[in-house]
Amino acid sequence: MSERENILGRIREALQFDAPLPGSHGHATTDHAVAESPASHAREWLPSVSTDIGEQFALFAKNAADLKADFQLFASRDDLKAALVKISATEKWQRIASHEGELSNFASQSLGLPTLLTDHGYDVQAMERCDAAITECDALVAQTGGVVVTSRSTGGRALSVLPPHHVVIARRDQLVADLPSAFALLQRRYAPDYPSMISFITGPSRTGDIERILVLGAHGPKKLTILCC
Amino acid sequence: MSTFVSEFKTAATRVTGDARQRQFIRTALGNYEIARDKRKASFQSWESARQAAAETKWQAINHLDTHLESLVAKLEARGTKVHWASNATQAREIILKIVTDKKARSIIKSKAMTSEEIHLNDALEHAGFTVAESDLGEFIVQLRHEPPYHIVFPSMHLTRDQIRDLFQKELGDAPSNSPEDLTMVARRVMRQKYIEADIGFTGGNFAIAETGMISITENEGNARLTAALPKTMITLLGIEKVLPRFSDLALFLPMLATAGAGQPMTCYNTMYSGPRQPGECDGPEEWHVVLLDNRRTELLADPEQRDALHCIRCGACLNVCPIFRNVGGHTYGTTYSGPVGSVITPHLRGLQDWKHLSNASSLCGACTEACPVKIDLHHHLLHNRRNASMSEPSFFEKLAYKIFGMVANEPVFWSLAKKIGWLTQPLQRAVKGSALDPAKAWTKTRDLPTQPLESFKDWWRNRK
Repeated sequence: MSERENILGRIREALQFDAPLPGSHGHATTDHAVAESPASHAREWLPSVSTDIGEQFALFAKNAADLKADFQLFASRDDLKAALVKISATEKWQRIASHEGELSNFASQSLGLPTLLTDHGYDVQAMERCDAAITECDALVAQTGGVVVTSRSTGGRALSVLPPHHVVIARRDQLVADLPSAFALLQRRYAPDYPSMISFITGPSRTGDIERILVLGAHGPKKLTILCC
Repeated sequence: MSTFVSEFKTAATRVTGDARQRQFIRTALGNYEIARDKRKASFQSWESARQAAAETKWQAINHLDTHLESLVAKLEARGTKVHWASNATQAREIILKIVTDKKARSIIKSKAMTSEEIHLNDALEHAGFTVAESDLGEFIVQLRHEPPYHIVFPSMHLTRDQIRDLFQKELGDAPSNSPEDLTMVARRVMRQKYIEADIGFTGGNFAIAETGMISITENEGNARLTAALPKTMITLLGIEKVLPRFSDLALFLPMLATAGAGQPMTCYNTMYSGPRQPGECDGPEEWHVVLLDNRRTELLADPEQRDALHCIRCGACLNVCPIFRNVGGHTYGTTYSGPVGSVITPHLRGLQDWKHLSNASSLCGACTEACPVKIDLHHHLLHNRRNASMSEPSFFEKLAYKIFGMVANEPVFWSLAKKIGWLTQPLQRAVKGSALDPAKAWTKTRDLPTQPLESFKDWWRNRK
């Protein structure tokens, strides 16, 4: 018998007896069956998010600031372009990495720097030498101040973590209120053929492993900038 | 006395005597509590979220067979190779075989408690492979040849000065003792290792049965890089990690972050559903997922304590435990320390050898209160005490209780015993804690309360 059958066999044997329901201190068993999907009301328990889009942007900005991410909202693409050029000049970017996409192309073209595109394969050492990565995203989440990226829509797995500065270019209509909405959006967009990697990025890379003191840029980007218009 | 008990006692005595170390741990965990409470307060209802999380895990664990079959079918459909390991030896053999077949030279690892459980690093190094732990805390304890101190904060017992000295000695590079500088040293050391490694090794926090995904939670980005750059990826996962639905993560990710570190969300929560897929530009060519039983099914077979498999390894129960705070993580001598470790270790490694951990508790219930998935931790410690004394009763203990029962049941004996107790009090005080004291194990560090001549019963009878 294979190990798979052995393990599944032991599981089935073990499950012949019912376990008490959580929170009942051993008293209630399956008589009161749990709801089919107990977590489906998560929205009612998670931190509250207003239905007003303006307040959602304000919440996103506040959460992003708490995470030490830089979030800027623009009235026009020209303003966004100006801000990006300014960041690039301040940090003296020499080369950047990015991927094909309507927004990301606009961003990398506005800079006019040598650009490594990941779409058709790339050299990892070359990406490591880039000063910044410019990517799009699948969603901005107001509730957490984070962004959602995937291996299919945002240039692969490494682009959003290898270069020291990650710049996300987003459209206003990409903001979702909360985590349940973000998961629903991913399901609508991709199920059943999900990208092989989906990542919720909530702030720049960090660690507290030395005396629990926050340090940014442990292994991933030291800076996360989200430009939205 | 088994060696595990005596080792526990020796280590506990040493650590509790180190006031500086205790203060250091208490400060760190005190700060954690402040941050966690702030995050909990931001929930509209933390208690309803806990109940839902507990019920979701209950569902996952009580239908574990169907969930695992669904998970594996979905993973395999997208080209992932799934392996099953009944015990630590099998898991090591599977992983060693993959690594050997790939003719790997170097392996980069992100944090995985399951790999500690099967002592993977020792096995790989013994077979001649180089293993680099990429999580900063794990990297630090690896340099010290030490197991992690805490399941979430592996190096929380070390001061910045100790880490500077360690880096100076082992890496020859430590510009200062500032956490910032030291983190950057680790970042530099690790960068090339990600790029050069042939194998990326990870653990997993959740496995989604519905979609066939493994979700990894981390702050540093090291797991992201580990799962992006090497050509082969290996993930070792306990079979209890399943969640039924993709959307369950909307609840579990913020709860794990809040309970684990007082964060609203951990920095990177990443769901992997396969190796590099057609049309994708990077990622491993091969992904091996190793599902580990290692006596989890024995815990599953105990309905009373089955909920211990709900554990999401957030570490919340360790952080609030007065015993953990005083004896520290290494004293336990187990992979999983603190209350949840004390509950599950007797199941995973033998009840009689590890029953002493059931007494490493004040039964205050802080752990149960802190658990985001409502594991009845402190009651399980009592269950383990009961099971241990039932499976191997101690003759003297049984005798002592028998005599006590006889005395307490007979009013004549009882009042006689009270008189004798009162009379022999000065004698007890004279020999307290010394070799002459028959109860010295107890009285060495404790004072018996003074017994008055007049008992409550006497007072009640004589009252006007």
